[in-house]
Amino acid sequence: MTIRHLLSATALAALPAGFAFAEDLPPCEGCADSLTVVSWGGAYQTSQQKAYSEPYAEMTGTGFTWDESSNEAVAKLRAMNEAGNVTWDLVDVEGPDSQRLCDEGLAMEVDLDEMLAPGADGTPASEDFGDSVINDCFVPQIVFSTTFGYRTDVAAWNGKEPENLCALFDTETFPGKRSLEKRPKKNLEWALLCDGVTKDELYDVLDTPEGVDRALAKLDTIKDDVIWWSAGAETPQRLADGEVVIGSTYNGRLFSLIVEQKQPVKMLWDWQVFDYDGWIIPADLPEDRLNRVMHFLHFATDTQRLADQAKYISYGPSRASSQPLVSTHAELGIEMAPFMPTNPENQKNYLVNNIEWWADNQDDVEAKFQAWLAR
Amino acid sequence: MTETATDPTGPVLAADGLPLKRSLRRALRAQKLRALMLIAPLLIFILVTFIAPIADMLFRSVENEIVADTLPRTARAIQDYDPDLGGMPSDKVLAAFTYDLVAADERKQHTRLGSRLNYEYSGISSLFRKTGRRVDDFGETYRDQFAAVDPAWEEPATWIALMADPDWVAEYRAWTAAGDAAKAARRDFAQAQPLFRLRDGVEDILPETASAYAEFARIVQVEDGDDPAAEGPWAPVYLALYRDLLHVGPGAIAQLGPEAEAMLDAAHDAVEDFAPVDLSGLYLKADKDWADPGVWGTIKAFSPAYTPGYFLNAVDLQLTPGGVAAQPEDRQIYIMLFERTLFMSLMIMGSCVLLGYPIAYLLSNLPLRTSNLLMILVLLPFWTSLLVRTSAWKVLLQQQGVINDVLVWLGIVSNSGRLILINNQTGTIIAMTHILLPFMILPLYSVMKTIPPTYVRAAKSLGATNWTAFWRVYFPQSVPGIGAGCILVFILAIGYYITPELVGGTNGTFISNRIAYHISSSLNWGLAAALGSILLAVVLILYWAYDKLVGIDNVSLG
Repeated sequence: MTIRHLLSATALAALPAGFAFAEDLPPCEGCADSLTVVSWGGAYQTSQQKAYSEPYAEMTGTGFTWDESSNEAVAKLRAMNEAGNVTWDLVDVEGPDSQRLCDEGLAMEVDLDEMLAPGADGTPASEDFGDSVINDCFVPQIVFSTTFGYRTDVAAWNGKEPENLCALFDTETFPGKRSLEKRPKKNLEWALLCDGVTKDELYDVLDTPEGVDRALAKLDTIKDDVIWWSAGAETPQRLADGEVVIGSTYNGRLFSLIVEQKQPVKMLWDWQVFDYDGWIIPADLPEDRLNRVMHFLHFATDTQRLADQAKYISYGPSRASSQPLVSTHAELGIEMAPFMPTNPENQKNYLVNNIEWWADNQDDVEAKFQAWLAR
Repeated sequence: MTETATDPTGPVLAADGLPLKRSLRRALRAQKLRALMLIAPLLIFILVTFIAPIADMLFRSVENEIVADTLPRTARAIQDYDPDLGGMPSDKVLAAFTYDLVAADERKQHTRLGSRLNYEYSGISSLFRKTGRRVDDFGETYRDQFAAVDPAWEEPATWIALMADPDWVAEYRAWTAAGDAAKAARRDFAQAQPLFRLRDGVEDILPETASAYAEFARIVQVEDGDDPAAEGPWAPVYLALYRDLLHVGPGAIAQLGPEAEAMLDAAHDAVEDFAPVDLSGLYLKADKDWADPGVWGTIKAFSPAYTPGYFLNAVDLQLTPGGVAAQPEDRQIYIMLFERTLFMSLMIMGSCVLLGYPIAYLLSNLPLRTSNLLMILVLLPFWTSLLVRTSAWKVLLQQQGVINDVLVWLGIVSNSGRLILINNQTGTIIAMTHILLPFMILPLYSVMKTIPPTYVRAAKSLGATNWTAFWRVYFPQSVPGIGAGCILVFILAIGYYITPELVGGTNGTFISNRIAYHISSSLNWGLAAALGSILLAVVLILYWAYDKLVGIDNVSLG
């Protein structure tokens, strides 16, 4: 009896989100009956399926095809476009990639207020999304951050624990290997912040020819202690194996390392770097496919749906109105807020990548960085 | 037969009376055709999947049509600009650039061009993006001043009467009428619209205006699907008219017909007194970086449809307005990466020979039962996923990994002195040697299998020592296998990408990792193509050298 009672209670608890909306969802006219969505695979894609596509498919009967190609979405979309046969309807990309796609004319320009639902409190979508609206083509979805995790059982640290970012550069107090991304982005910013540059001047300093050299000089001080990573899973693996004592990676990866795998690792949120991840719609879709995409996006980016996603992964919803709705993890039952990059407690010091600066200087700085690495 | 016998001077005839030569040729031709048809599927497959992509890659590494396509007028006008003198280009160039940029903005191509030029000169990307938003206002004051002379200048109809070919107007009207009729009758209407045409002579008299207006009209037609006769032209068209009227004589205006003449004459008299617009000032207001001669120099240097720029970049040089120059020292990486790729590929090939030769020897000389078992040990990793094997090496080689743990446990190294075996060249060489080893063992094995054991026995019975028998008799016969294995391993190694990326750290990565970066991250496909072409050329040269030194006939896969 109790078990049955429990079961029906969970079933009820799971229903309302989808149920309440079934009546609100207008019918989709002149729409294709399937969608090809491109995402990153793994836990992230699962969270999207649980929060967006499964409830949507249940209500509308739309068939979903998922393609795990977000990693090379920009190149593939460009190739498809050149071949004149774009098979994707909706693509999940990071902020800088959306900028490139928008510049290349491969992504469609969107009017957020016109096509998306206003916030639960009636705020127009573009205001509700706030800073995460980074260009004319981008439909924001989540905020994730690149931040640090460190082992709590390092004997050589004599019981001390890093309290701020600059512990990364303090190899005397905190000896051991570090794990950093094999890209200049974020590393240069962190290096300058620990070299006495303030957040406000950061990109002004980087914009001068000496700025990049200064950042590289700071990184030079720990170069011998760094193991570089190119895939997001590498830092968690190295931390778990004790190969490094501190390392940067995406906050969701650290969440599963700490909470799901229960490793002796803690997060260091100081100067976490925010990035946005969201949708772009490929340019020049046929009308019926475009209608379906718009219909789905209206549903999948509303306040409740974005908050729902946070039940499955520790990335913050990019709508302000979704923040208060973030609750507990769907399976582990733990409170998600402390693991959210957008949690006020975690964002005392934070950075947002200057996408425009990077779009301009990426190639130049990347070449310098690679040359520096090779020296 | 009888015929040939009776007429010995005539041609030899076949049984059907035709000359034998011809019927023989016909039979051979049929045979050749049949043979060709048999190999046709393979031939077409190779053409489509191999030759065509390589040709496309070679083409991409020099192709640069985007600049001349997007900025056609600028590409012509800027040839007079000398970046060494510094400063902004002349008003002529700036005006041409304005017409081009406003059209590119309407077609949403200016940001694409910005990204392209940003590969050559940092900052151009946002310069184009920002200025594209503003450029359709450039010339606005001229519009107001023309309207002050005669309000008709703001009327779309004035412009159509002045610019459009009357035949085109008629055709366009007919086309719209047909479209409306089809719509009323609910029929599909798929007839292409007639594209805007200029009237005769206007191009000679008002060259800039004609060119700018024609572009405007076509964009309104194609991009927006609207009627050019219903839209007032962009502000830069008035800029063009102003510039044309400053230079045109009254006699020329008369050629455009009486109606146009009256309006143009009035405007012509007035333009002298117009308050001129400082075009350079407008650009500088949009973004101060336009004052940088490097920006204009880059546009000039990359205006031709084909450019050596990508190849120069690929060898640490750059194409500057002043000619070819070396990259700044802190950006030079490609030559070093090419050298490293070649050096490490040779190392990997060498270690494959050293490790593979004894194994292949063992395999070919052991009894069949044992050698089959050993063969499975060789093949099993060969059949395992590349990523799995690479990840396994990570677990083994890292500082807290299996090998270091064992060494520490045995007391060979101290706990603080654990060896660094991964994330450097050592890691790449170890992992890639393992991964490529089967490509060395298999050809060696199949060649060694064909060496008769009797030769070695004969050598020994004639008094040779074991070593002499091996070195003088056995080894020379196995050289074709070494050759085949070396070519296979070397060519595979030189293009390897995923293993160096995962275990190579900073100094164990290859040129292919940079190529992958330019393909998937920076989207600089031209540079990726140039790097790939160079890699291809290096392989072909080495193959040719190998052929000269060893002889490709001495290579055998069994």
